[in-house]
Amino acid sequence: MVHWSAEEKQLIASVWGKVSVEECGAEALARLLIVYPWTQRFFDNFGNLSSPTAIIGNPKVRAHGKKVLTSFGEAIKNLDNLKGTYSKLSELHCDKLHVDPENFRLLGDILIIVLAAHFGKDFTPACQATWQKLVGVVAHALAHKYH
Amino acid sequence: MLTAEDKKLIQQVWGKMGGAEEEVGAETLWRMFTAYPPTKTYFPHFDLSQGSDQIRGHGKKVVAALGTAIKNIDNLSQALSELSNLHAYNLRVDPPRFALQLLAQCLQVALAVRLGKEYTPEMHSAVDKFMSAVAAVLAEKYR
Repeated sequence: MVHWSAEEKQLIASVWGKVSVEECGAEALARLLIVYPWTQRFFDNFGNLSSPTAIIGNPKVRAHGKKVLTSFGEAIKNLDNLKGTYSKLSELHCDKLHVDPENFRLLGDILIIVLAAHFGKDFTPACQATWQKLVGVVAHALAHKYH
Repeated sequence: MLTAEDKKLIQQVWGKMGGAEEEVGAETLWRMFTAYPPTKTYFPHFDLSQGSDQIRGHGKKVVAALGTAIKNIDNLSQALSELSNLHAYNLRVDPPRFALQLLAQCLQVALAVRLGKEYTPEMHSAVDKFMSAVAAVLAEKYR
């Protein structure tokens, strides 16, 4: 089980408290599709993904980004039981969606860059370190039920 | 790999640092040491406390090397040849395929912190591609 210090929990909560799940989620997903275009393979039915502008403006991307980050919020509420929290989602990503877990790491890193751009200097190195740890364990939990 | 547009964007990003290259370099390294403690194992001879002269000095070196790479972006292999040798034969840092990802992530964060909204997805993408290209060249001679 992952151990979280009081300071880490504080750093997570203080950032999360100021995050617009809709905006950051949409931006993170859009950047994933732009920076790593091969990830578009999972979104054939999303319509126009032909350019950065199209991706950013795509309503399905926005909606799905919000969904993903909302789910991330669940992880934050259940830091002491990430594997349990993500058990079903992990099975889903493996059995139905067939997503290589490497993609979770990519999205996690992108989320961090989005937060950095959003919070500027307030996204301190200590903050980044805690959040890198968080996205890492979330990715690990999502990959846990793969077989 | 790197399109003409990418190259333009990278120059732009570098231009926006406006003389703060040394700071960006030091911040990048400090973020890397903080977020990825195992990276410190390559610097047992350094004072790794925050703001140390050695971190500043080394950060400056790293960013200068990246600057050189950008000036020679059409011939990275040659421009980074000596650094490539150094990393492969002397430093033997875990192949840049892996270790450089961590440095690249922290550089991206440092740039995003500075540039905020100006750090567009297109710039993000270009820098990511550039750092991959640099990593590939640095890893060329490993085996």
